[in-house]
Amino acid sequence: MLENIRLSFQGVWSHRLRSFLTMLGIIIGIAAIIAIVSTIKGTNEQIKKNLIGSGTNTTTVQLTEEGNYPAEMEYGIPKGIPVLDDDMRQQLADIDHVKDASLYVSRTQVDYIYYNDTSLSGGQLIGADSHYLGTCGYIMKRGRGFTDSDYEKYRKVAVIDSVAADSLFGDANPVGKTIDIKGEPFIVIGVIEESTAFSPVINSVEDYYTYVYNDGSASGIVVIPDVDWNIVQQYDEPQNAKLLADSTDNMTSVGKAAQTLLNETVTSKSIKYRAANMNETAEESQQVSATTNKQLIWIASISLLVGGIGVMNIMLVSVTERTREIGLKKAIGARKNRILAQFLTEAAVLTSLGGIIGTITGIALAEIIGKISNVPIAISIPAVILAIAFSTVIGVVFGLLPAVKAANLDPIVALRHE
Amino acid sequence: MLLELKHIYKNYLQDKIVIPVLKDVNISIDEGEYVAIMGPSGSGKTTLMNIIGCLDRPTKGEFLLEGESIVNYNENRLSDLRLNTLGFVFQSFNLLPKQTSLDNVALPLSYAGVPVKKRKEIAFQALKRVGLAERVHFRPSQLSGGQQQRVAIARALVNNPKIILADEPTGALDSRSGIQVMNLFQQLNEEGVTIIMITHDANIANHAKKVLHIFDGEIVEDKERKEKQQAEVQSEKEAKNDTVFSEIEQDFGVKEWEGEI
Repeated sequence: MLENIRLSFQGVWSHRLRSFLTMLGIIIGIAAIIAIVSTIKGTNEQIKKNLIGSGTNTTTVQLTEEGNYPAEMEYGIPKGIPVLDDDMRQQLADIDHVKDASLYVSRTQVDYIYYNDTSLSGGQLIGADSHYLGTCGYIMKRGRGFTDSDYEKYRKVAVIDSVAADSLFGDANPVGKTIDIKGEPFIVIGVIEESTAFSPVINSVEDYYTYVYNDGSASGIVVIPDVDWNIVQQYDEPQNAKLLADSTDNMTSVGKAAQTLLNETVTSKSIKYRAANMNETAEESQQVSATTNKQLIWIASISLLVGGIGVMNIMLVSVTERTREIGLKKAIGARKNRILAQFLTEAAVLTSLGGIIGTITGIALAEIIGKISNVPIAISIPAVILAIAFSTVIGVVFGLLPAVKAANLDPIVALRHE
Repeated sequence: MLLELKHIYKNYLQDKIVIPVLKDVNISIDEGEYVAIMGPSGSGKTTLMNIIGCLDRPTKGEFLLEGESIVNYNENRLSDLRLNTLGFVFQSFNLLPKQTSLDNVALPLSYAGVPVKKRKEIAFQALKRVGLAERVHFRPSQLSGGQQQRVAIARALVNNPKIILADEPTGALDSRSGIQVMNLFQQLNEEGVTIIMITHDANIANHAKKVLHIFDGEIVEDKERKEKQQAEVQSEKEAKNDTVFSEIEQDFGVKEWEGEI
């Protein structure tokens, strides 16, 4: 076998131009497929990153009214929804693929947070347990997060995000300053920010809700310990949940599991827990680009078919040219299978080489497309392996007919061939 | 008995007409013999050669090689016989033009599954045996006709066959190279290799210890042959437009090849 491969390379090398022209169909087909797959993958990853936020695999399960809008607790707590305790949080954290879980209460569009005369209008107020900051994947930019003693001693402290810090304090350091939440003084102990820069792409109304309601980072976040919630809002409220999944792909399944678990406690008909399905939204957007590109792949496959036929053609020519060589080899004792293997190997080497050159060309092409049209590119290793393997298969398939023809030559006739 | 042909018939079908090429051929050859098969073009000697060389099957008859009947052997077993028991030397050498003498000689060893390193060694010994040790890395185009034929003989020898079949081995050579090649066959025969040679040249046939004459598809006695040949000349004079022979010659006869593959 190894010897056949070595001989095939010699054959390819001795007919350089012819081999190259034969490979061209395969090269073009594979290059096109690799370039398309790379751009699809790049675009998809970009969409995923934009929608979900790279690095923080946090998903939200929140109380939703009529299945669409977040339930607002502003005008009293609806019946049939219990306030959850830490046991439930522990159960959530025990779901497979969940690294951490947190329960929190929140109000959006609040207009009662002040520093001196500056108001944080339209911001989000969150009453969080001690797992919240970790679960959401925030990093401390300044100061500190909540400690156990903050909760034990009902300390009136707050952690704000950098957006809130900007609008309340400008360039000044917020740590140690006192802010006013519904008339109650809270001391700012830390400033948080997202672990990575987050630039959402909003294509639809769903996307909009995904951002505004699930994240609310647009106008600033103020987080206080949940034990202080009834100081501000007078009563305890049923909570929402945040879950940190171990990978982006598990976010949807984790959210669904938590949704089921939480809804077991709910007796209300109109308000239910609902997991925000970010992956689904991402996949929908990806689907759009994928379908167009799948059609392109089909077109590229036609080039592969044409390339394969070209290989078959040239192999048939080669068999005719080498009739005497084949006759001689059979006469001096080569079995039929040896001849078959020799020609199959030659075809496979030819197309595999085409596949490798095509892959390299395709990657280069993808990089150029990426540079010119500013589309993100991601080279998929499995796609590269598959492309080369597939080109080998093309060689074997289209080499079969010529190889069988060679193996079946009658040595007497073949030796007399001119 | 190394090789026995009993009542061998071979017919070819051409345009729905059955053309008998071999008629009741009986030959037995012992180990170590040096046999020449002589006959004019179209006599059926190449067909006989192909049958002895396991390249073709008889229409009827029994063929024993080393005491074993091989007429019902399948294709792979015949390939193995050609590989191990028989060695071929062709009129036109049939060397692979892009490979060196050593690689050409080593080719049958690859079919026998000999490891690469050992192949070179054995092939070198075979080339040494035919007196071409210093031409190991030459390509056929860099060798004279006589040298090329000696490389081909080395290739035929390399698997230590019992029989070497030579089809007009000197047909493409000048007389001096022809003599060299014939001397080589002589030497190999003295070393114990059975040699069966096909030729139409009486001078060449005289090197053999035993000469078989084939005429019109039959092995004939010397005397009988002369009579038949005369009758043939006579009949050719009578019927000049009898084209059967030339047709057979076209299809089954030896063609002169020029150059290599």
